[in-house]
Amino acid sequence: MIPAAFEYVRAGSVEHAMELLAADEEAKLLAGGHSLIPLMKLRFARPTTLIDIGRLSELSYIRRQDDHVAIGALTRHHDLANSAVLQQDCPIVADAASQIGDPQVRHMGTIGGSVAHADPASDLPTVLVALQATFVIQTAGGSERSVAAGAFFHGLFTADLAPTEVLTEIRVPLMSGGWSFMKFTRRAQDWALVGVAAVAGSGGVTIALANMGQTPIRASAVEQRLAAGDVPAVAALVADEGTAPPSDSFGDAGYRRELAKVLVNRAVTEALA
Amino acid sequence: MTQVSVTVNGDPRSADVEPRTLLVYLIRDELKLTGTNVGCDTSSCGSCTVLLDGESVKSCTLLAMQADGRAVTTIEGLAEGEVLHPLQDAFHRNHGLQCGFCTPGMLMAAASFLQENPAPTEDEVREALEGNLCRCTGYENIVKSVVDAASRGAR
Repeated sequence: MIPAAFEYVRAGSVEHAMELLAADEEAKLLAGGHSLIPLMKLRFARPTTLIDIGRLSELSYIRRQDDHVAIGALTRHHDLANSAVLQQDCPIVADAASQIGDPQVRHMGTIGGSVAHADPASDLPTVLVALQATFVIQTAGGSERSVAAGAFFHGLFTADLAPTEVLTEIRVPLMSGGWSFMKFTRRAQDWALVGVAAVAGSGGVTIALANMGQTPIRASAVEQRLAAGDVPAVAALVADEGTAPPSDSFGDAGYRRELAKVLVNRAVTEALA
Repeated sequence: MTQVSVTVNGDPRSADVEPRTLLVYLIRDELKLTGTNVGCDTSSCGSCTVLLDGESVKSCTLLAMQADGRAVTTIEGLAEGEVLHPLQDAFHRNHGLQCGFCTPGMLMAAASFLQENPAPTEDEVREALEGNLCRCTGYENIVKSVVDAASRGAR
């Protein structure tokens, strides 16, 4: 499978990338390419210009700041998984990153690419919603805005990111409580049939689900039941409330609903252990 | 057309390619190194695994331009002349291949992994090869080969 023809340009800076984006409304950014290139090979995506930002090393970093860890958008999954800073201060990100795809994919795929791609079956978007992370976006005209992970994902492959904007940083809070990331797959490197991220903190447990709808979804009903004193096994019974899981060859929607209940119980139990 | 320059197995090579050319087709069609196979063509099977600056990647899911100016190692670059790489030797001794189609990818994935973890457990080897499929299902001997190579100091 060969992608449709496009013009290839290597961006020298974020500003340069934004100029190139403004010049062609059918342009796309290329980071690691491990979501985009498969779509281009299937010709589901046919950008006319591909702007390669993959070599902007200034966007590859993991730094502890005051009350959060700042992660550059071009940080690879491999680097997230092996980061001592994340293992110490936000271990769920390192753990989830270590389970994405396979080693070869983790050598190329980036956190910013995964977030901007907005695939509801992806691991990191789900974890970032559970963490209540913040995304930093450079906008046309040189200004910057930030958006909460929970408000960023609008639909299937659709997010609060304009065609001329560039996602540059992901900010995750310092974790102090328990956590769990679980995904159920048929085969080792598959996408999650259902994935669950649970993060326990002073404000209770926050839970997000992968592949249970058009976006990563907060399991708000479970969170409320836990806050009201229900044990995980009881609270998890409403894990599918507000979801709209897909049906495919790996499992139908009903199966995913049941799977979500089982996994949420396990994940919350582990997070609170 | 655009020019792409890569150092392949230590040799600087250049070719004129369309920007949409995938790395694996640069390697196979332009540079005529056909040891790297295309299997699934969907970044699942790992047959096309090569090293990019020493790390395993699936060359069917990279543009040749992403490798421009970087070092690529293919299966042809693993041996030192006539002397097999310790991983190749271990696959030979442990019957780590049956039909052989997945073998170049298995070897490159294993070579990248042993750089990171020179003394892995069997379980760690299995996880490290999760991106490589063997349709002969010869996993037992593949894993045994990698563990054996590591125990003999392969890197």
